[in-house]
Amino acid sequence: MSYLEATDLVRSYEQSSRGLFRKPHKFRALDGVSLKLEKGTTLGIVGESGCGKSTLARVLLGLLDADGGCVTLNGQPTLNLPDTQWRALRRSMQLVYQDAGGALDPRLRVRDQIEEPLHIHNLPLDAVERILVSVGLFSALADRYPHELSGGQLQRVVIARALVLDPELLVLDEPVSALDVSIQAQIVNLLMDLQRDRGLTYLFVSHDLGVVRQISTRVAVMYLGRIVEEAPRAALFANPLHPYTRILIDAVPKPDPSLRRTTRIEIGAPPNPADPPSGCSFHPRCPLATARCTVEPPALRDFGDRRVACHLIKETV
Amino acid sequence: MVLRITSLEVTIDRKKGSPVLPVRGVSFAVEAGQTLALVGESGCGKSMTCLAIAGLLPRRGCVSAGRVVLDGADLAALPTAEAAKLRRRHVASVFQDATGGLNPVRSIGWQVAEAVRLRQGATRAEAGREAVRLLGRVGLPNPELRAKEFPHQFSGGMNQRAMIALAVAGNPRLLVADEATTALDVTVQAQIIDLIADLRDSLGMAVLFVTHDLGLVAQSADHVAVMYAGRVVETAKVSDLFAAPRHPYANGLLKALPHLAPAGGRMATIEGTVPAIDALPPAGCAFAARCNRASEACRTSDPELRGNVACHNPVPLPVNQTVNRYENEKIMA
Repeated sequence: MSYLEATDLVRSYEQSSRGLFRKPHKFRALDGVSLKLEKGTTLGIVGESGCGKSTLARVLLGLLDADGGCVTLNGQPTLNLPDTQWRALRRSMQLVYQDAGGALDPRLRVRDQIEEPLHIHNLPLDAVERILVSVGLFSALADRYPHELSGGQLQRVVIARALVLDPELLVLDEPVSALDVSIQAQIVNLLMDLQRDRGLTYLFVSHDLGVVRQISTRVAVMYLGRIVEEAPRAALFANPLHPYTRILIDAVPKPDPSLRRTTRIEIGAPPNPADPPSGCSFHPRCPLATARCTVEPPALRDFGDRRVACHLIKETV
Repeated sequence: MVLRITSLEVTIDRKKGSPVLPVRGVSFAVEAGQTLALVGESGCGKSMTCLAIAGLLPRRGCVSAGRVVLDGADLAALPTAEAAKLRRRHVASVFQDATGGLNPVRSIGWQVAEAVRLRQGATRAEAGREAVRLLGRVGLPNPELRAKEFPHQFSGGMNQRAMIALAVAGNPRLLVADEATTALDVTVQAQIIDLIADLRDSLGMAVLFVTHDLGLVAQSADHVAVMYAGRVVETAKVSDLFAAPRHPYANGLLKALPHLAPAGGRMATIEGTVPAIDALPPAGCAFAARCNRASEACRTSDPELRGNVACHNPVPLPVNQTVNRYENEKIMA
């Protein structure tokens, strides 16, 4: 049994359609997502905007209700729990957002921001200075307001606030995307140190494959609400099996002028999630699509310790 | 040279306190058919430099010193109206937020046609046909139909393509792309980069490409200028900068790239952050406080850009590298 397990998660959104009396259109932001996350490891979730990465993070934390499927933490189901039980469980899982400035209350001092979760859970308020030091900030910053801090410091405060309840699982939704490279590297190092020292488990959502490669133990690639490939970090980057994973990795601009991309990224525009293509939802953009891909959606199949959803992958990989 | 900037200084007046200088003596040049990348962390003055070139500085800002020479005409010295005329004809800008840069109540085709009319003095009918041609040129499928649609019906990548069509209407001499692909997915970003390179080659434009992504610099630029705290601290051919950065800041930026660290290992960082423009050290190099090569001289005198690098203690070249640079220069000459 894994630390966190999600099985067949489904979540739909309604999109208001044109015309007042037409039925709103439903589309699936999560369309049967299953994943396992071992304690003390990091699962990176990558994909283009609109693929359902953030929806997945929010459903796992109970910030959005799932329409179907189940989630277990330490073997205990987490969805649809009574409030008191949910509250106790929720302490062990915390969220860190991309927009650190927006996640903090501009009128509260850093100290009050970090104490707030302690108030909510009726815990003693002695930890603030210690937690600030553990995320690499001077304890004197506790009396500052968010507008007095830099972007990197704000992100450290948000991480401190998530850690103050001593959680086991951190869900990090694009935590470094808004930061400059040098600051990004500082935060990634901090996250790796915290994981080592506290045995934290991370679900790391990002569109930046470079950072995901750095921090993840395993990586899941999402496309239109489904996981299309999931594999150990090294295997995924060295030998991507799904054509979409391959294109994503090729499209990352490599910081080496001698490795200039000579071929074009011929992939076309992402489809409208409200009107997903038939069969494999990637087939209209796939360079290798066959007739079968246009009618039959591929299942996510196991190949050793990786999972791939593609008809073209033969059993003997 | 299409564009040559010499000792550019931008001053911004503030309601309270003394004016600040986000750009403090920047010089560089861009040739036709070439791309110069301007890199650095946020707050280094990259965007202010672009805004000064495009004549779009905020109301309290002005070019307080230096020259912005476009095809031999100094835009900073010309009367505003004349400079504006030259810019309208020859300089085009593309910014990060394409959807915000387009007019929400006009169709895409109308907006591109407006640019054609202003730049080329074409009639409405001609401009409309030219707009459809341009939208096809930037890779928009079904340009005749899509031209009738509005920005909210387009995705971010399509709006950025429309913005580029609008920018290249009338064959500008200079395209300023300020973080033009930052908000886009990697697959879309790769296509926009290819599009800008195609247009540069076929129209012979000079491109000033501002980004904080060194991967993009390696993929798309010919030359690069690294900025820090309102100054250019290093200029180089792209291949030279990536092979052997001389300024400790450029070196630090390259080392901090996630692609270069061993996967799962610790990443190299530059400690600290860019100083705020109103809190620069009174003397010495603005980078000294974060620099691991800083010496006494760095804290007392600000290094000038000498050769390619503004630094008292540049990172030494690897032995064989000296030869390579020399050969590069021979090839350039």
